[in-house]
Amino acid sequence: MQALYAQLLVGLINGSFYALLSLGLAVIFGMLNIINFAHGALYMMGAFVAYFLLNLGGINYWWALLLAPIIVGIFGMILERTMLQWLTGLDHLYGLLLTFGIALIVQGVFQNYFGSSGLPYAIPDQLKGGMNLGFMFLPIYRGWVVVFSLVVCLATWFLIEKTRLGAYLRAATENPTLVRAFGVNVPRMITLTYGLGVGLAALAGVLSAPINQVRPLMGADLIIVVFAVVVIGGMGSIMGSIITGFALGVIEGLTKYFYPEASNTVVFVLMVLVLLVKPTGLTGRAA
Amino acid sequence: MRTKSIAAFLLGTALAVTATGGALAQDKTVKIGVLTDNSGLYADLGGPGSTLAAQMAIEDSKIATKGWKVDLISADHQNKPDIGTAIARQWIDVEKVDVFMDVLNSGVALAVNNVVKEKNSVMINSGAATSDLTNAQCTPNTVHWTYDTYMLAHSTGQALVKAGGDTWFFITADYAFGHALQRDTAAVVTAAGGKVLGDVKAPLNNADFSSFLLQAQASKAKIIGMANAGGDTTNTIKQAAEFGIVKGGQKLAGLLLFLTDVHSLGLNVAQGLNLSSTFYWDMNDQTRAFAKRFAERAKNKAMPTMVQAGVYSGLLHYFKALEALGGNPHDGAKVVAKMKELPTDDPLFGKGSIEPNGRALHPAYLFEVKAPSESKGPWDYYKLVGTTPADKAFRPLSESACPLAKK
Repeated sequence: MQALYAQLLVGLINGSFYALLSLGLAVIFGMLNIINFAHGALYMMGAFVAYFLLNLGGINYWWALLLAPIIVGIFGMILERTMLQWLTGLDHLYGLLLTFGIALIVQGVFQNYFGSSGLPYAIPDQLKGGMNLGFMFLPIYRGWVVVFSLVVCLATWFLIEKTRLGAYLRAATENPTLVRAFGVNVPRMITLTYGLGVGLAALAGVLSAPINQVRPLMGADLIIVVFAVVVIGGMGSIMGSIITGFALGVIEGLTKYFYPEASNTVVFVLMVLVLLVKPTGLTGRAA
Repeated sequence: MRTKSIAAFLLGTALAVTATGGALAQDKTVKIGVLTDNSGLYADLGGPGSTLAAQMAIEDSKIATKGWKVDLISADHQNKPDIGTAIARQWIDVEKVDVFMDVLNSGVALAVNNVVKEKNSVMINSGAATSDLTNAQCTPNTVHWTYDTYMLAHSTGQALVKAGGDTWFFITADYAFGHALQRDTAAVVTAAGGKVLGDVKAPLNNADFSSFLLQAQASKAKIIGMANAGGDTTNTIKQAAEFGIVKGGQKLAGLLLFLTDVHSLGLNVAQGLNLSSTFYWDMNDQTRAFAKRFAERAKNKAMPTMVQAGVYSGLLHYFKALEALGGNPHDGAKVVAKMKELPTDDPLFGKGSIEPNGRALHPAYLFEVKAPSESKGPWDYYKLVGTTPADKAFRPLSESACPLAKK
């Protein structure tokens, strides 16, 4: 039983990465209608930026948490301005192919310069060590990841669903021409939204740097699962993607305990089941 | 009709004979294919470095100056057996590749092994670990050069059991390699009087090992054997530190750890780990000289791993066999038979031999990863703690299930 609690908690930790990443995807899909396959590569860039900040600039983890999302976010906004914006109104397939191509190029470039086995990034001193919870030894860093990503997820949800800015955003998705008529700069808003989604991915990258090796393929390995999470949660649903992210982390954690061989397929089995029963995803509304 | 075709055949033969300048003159062309992981989790330990090693072997053997025409190609099997076999068939049928080098990843290696035998080609395997290549799955066309799971299990496993690590829990990569490594190590542990308390099979290329580490922790085993490789091993080690596994009194055993893994982990995390290898760049003047030349040309100035060194040495020995034959018979089994007949001797692995089952023999070294204070700089990572002589390092022929070993 104790082992079970521990696995639940570990699942929740992985779930926070799924939640952060799928949230970014959901924001981008909801507002831009783009299936952002470059998300994994941008997550990886977040981790690399943290590595560079530390090793080249001597800038620590805490600043990286703030700076890496901004830097990668700006990179994302440049992508949006120079490439993605031309895809408005076209079939989803174009966005998918373009972003997938971008992901391959970015990963290829990083792999060429940094190899495949990755670079070390240490846990910040303040978060080293762990505490004994009775049923498991919880590394403080992991606890921090859960709490921090939960806060970020809820803040993003609040921003989009409950504030005036979020209302503009949602309105601009619904009817861009009308919103423009009210004097809102819609293209700029869309660029900023893409930057926000990308920033969330980079933030997840910084969070994961001390846990995993900083590797060029770290995003490629993760992104497929995250897409399944988004599909299960319902494309474009903010709260749906947060809840599904955490929930699937837990389910995957339990699978790792009861039948580890299936732990990398369980998410996809669930995706198939959900699509069969409810094709719009758990919280999705019919288009 | 019949006479016509015979006449055509004779004419063709006559032309061929005149073209090569005599019935006994031999074909002196050879095509080498490096089949490896160029983009995935094993790309640093083999990958482009393996192709570079093959290139250096071609240059250092000076075979081109002896009238040979050598071609080198390489491809990425993406760690997928189906892609590996598709490339292998195309290489043999269309590209006329004579010898497959590296072929890391046990799953891919076992699949390509069958194609190579069926088509009577040659595989000099350096990167794959599974000892099955020279055991139940042995063929007259394959030489397993660098290391295998039997060697790793015996060298690392035995040393750890002797040091008091008599209870084990395995975190195993869930494919041919992991299974073979766990099986061979478990056999060593039980034979030495130890006990295996449990195992968990983790999917290949897994990012988060915390679930598995918790299970290993709960087992209370003294040794946690990591029957995985590459990025999987580095993530396991890094996360084990996070979960306080080593501080809690359990010891990690990296059953297969490469120089590039240690480099990627950094000595702070990796220090104190034991590992087995048949090659380390800083062993003697010859290995240092090779490593220096290699690193100058390698991406990121990386020192060679044992896999890359094995590609170099294996290919040198292949060239020796070709020269002894006087030309390329394009008959894989014949070349491999010659390779087995000749003693091996090269600057990186020293003197040795190849067994009838295709196993190349060299000494196995047990290393310990240095503490940061002991290291003189980048890539100065290992100190030697033990050597198993060549005749003891690998599975004895008497225990081999390979039909070629029975004579």
